Amino acid sequence: MTAPDPMLNQLTTWQLAEKLARREVSARQAMQACLDQIQRVDGRLRAFLSCDAGDALAQADQADRALASGPAGRPLLGVPIALKDVIAVRGQPLSCGSKILGKFISPYNATVVEKLQAAGAVVFGRLNMDEFAMGSSTENSAFGATRNPWDPARIPGGSSGGSAAAVAADECLAALGSDTGGSIRQPAALCGCVGLKPTYGRVSRYGLVAFASSLDQIGAFTKDVRDAALVLRAIAGQDPRDSTSIPQPVPDYAAALDGDIKGLKLGLPREYMIGGMDPQVSAAVQSAVAHLEKLGAQIVEVSLPHTDYAVAAYYIIATAEASANLARFDGIRYGARVEGADPIELYSKTRGAGFGPEVKRRILLGTYVLSSGYYDAYYLRAQKVRTLVRRDFLQAFEKVDAIVTPTTPTAAFPAGEKSGDPLQMYLSDIFTISCNLAGICGLSLPCGFTQNPKLPIGLQLLGKPLGEETILKLAHAYEQSTAWHKEKPPLNL
Amino acid sequence: MASDFNIQYVARLARISLSPAEEEQFGAQLAGILGYIEKLKELDVSRIEPTAHAVPLVNVFRPDLVQPSLYHEEALRNAPAKASGLFAVPKIVE
Repeated sequence: MTAPDPMLNQLTTWQLAEKLARREVSARQAMQACLDQIQRVDGRLRAFLSCDAGDALAQADQADRALASGPAGRPLLGVPIALKDVIAVRGQPLSCGSKILGKFISPYNATVVEKLQAAGAVVFGRLNMDEFAMGSSTENSAFGATRNPWDPARIPGGSSGGSAAAVAADECLAALGSDTGGSIRQPAALCGCVGLKPTYGRVSRYGLVAFASSLDQIGAFTKDVRDAALVLRAIAGQDPRDSTSIPQPVPDYAAALDGDIKGLKLGLPREYMIGGMDPQVSAAVQSAVAHLEKLGAQIVEVSLPHTDYAVAAYYIIATAEASANLARFDGIRYGARVEGADPIELYSKTRGAGFGPEVKRRILLGTYVLSSGYYDAYYLRAQKVRTLVRRDFLQAFEKVDAIVTPTTPTAAFPAGEKSGDPLQMYLSDIFTISCNLAGICGLSLPCGFTQNPKLPIGLQLLGKPLGEETILKLAHAYEQSTAWHKEKPPLNL
Repeated sequence: MASDFNIQYVARLARISLSPAEEEQFGAQLAGILGYIEKLKELDVSRIEPTAHAVPLVNVFRPDLVQPSLYHEEALRNAPAKASGLFAVPKIVE
């Protein structure tokens, strides 16, 4: 008996691109399959805040016309890719999961959108997120939480929870998100997909609404590692509109996926074997490390001595930058406005009514650590600790090609469990935050499941600055010799 | 240091009006977070340079060419209040 053909929305981007190039199926059929799946599951899953089906199908028809004359070097031609609601698409809504933006419509495209469209992708949908990307559960969205496709009583992770849930539930072929402290890798781990946070500066941030500018980076959610390589190649590169983008040529990441990881040195940081880890998560990660060793990688213990200080440094730096970036939401040029007798009253009332609790907390914390008399004690000290965290990684990378860790200390936690305790929520990002402080690249991929309930577990690979090829190669070799990525969530919503 | 955190003062600096219930809740939560952050004081950072950006790029220039930008009308499209092709704001000077 042969297995039934997977529906088009269940394919990977490279599988669909091949079928499209052979004209076996149309881009319209693929887009329609995604829209049908959204119709079936999203009423309960709530990964999408909105979806302009007419625009998506029109783009798909355009792709079909282009396919009729051959794909001509457009690797994603006709492939539906959805976006976190923090990335601007001209003429489409942009809310960042917040009420303060009101009925904002983007007047321009983010660079990643132009690049995806140049590669042929059908770019559609607005995916749910924690408000302004501040959170680890998507419970901070002003428009309601997204559920985890594996267990609707649990959170999908955050802040890009909508992106992770949509890819895991086959509502799109791939999605983009943003990662400031783990917001791609953590939800990818908790929903069972691949999540790639590129090196800071590898992908242009133009058109990404800023949370913490020195930490933010756009990246991909995909169903397998090859897709992550393809999407990264499409979106990476220097951009004159983002002065922090790196002027380094973009390699053909998929060419690195040759399965040969013999002799690659993989660091295991001893500081990441902390208490409070779910034993099932530790066991899955340990067996993944053993598996990578069997495939030829050489496992080396490394030390990242300042790991324990990363969360504290992060919450000073990220909130300080956020307090400055979010000053622009003042009710004057765009978004919602609450009138006041004078501008100061207008700003305060608008911001008091428009921002949710977590965003207010972080702006307040960021304002405090930058305020007169406290700047040196908090902000400057945190920037110095950031130097120490970054130095730890650069020293480790003198000995190893990549570092392997769990992505999260536990699998997806129940909705409501940490929403009343911000500090506990912050500590759930303990394994992902250092990567952003150091500006290096990181990837999460499925490495097993917990039992009762069955929930995905993520393995994190951290690479050198611009070391994406190495972590993709390692991830691909692991993935292709295991079957975790083939498992689909039950969607018992 | 965390003990002198004055929520009303900081909220005023941040231009966010808070309800009394929010003041109480956020004040307690932020005191807890600031308590946690105190652990950074355990480290000797006296001889460490601060990192503002992880990827050091300096003097990034692009050619000084005239490029298309947002049209006036588009820039005003999302404004909550506008008048005579301008953003409308409350009276600032008497």
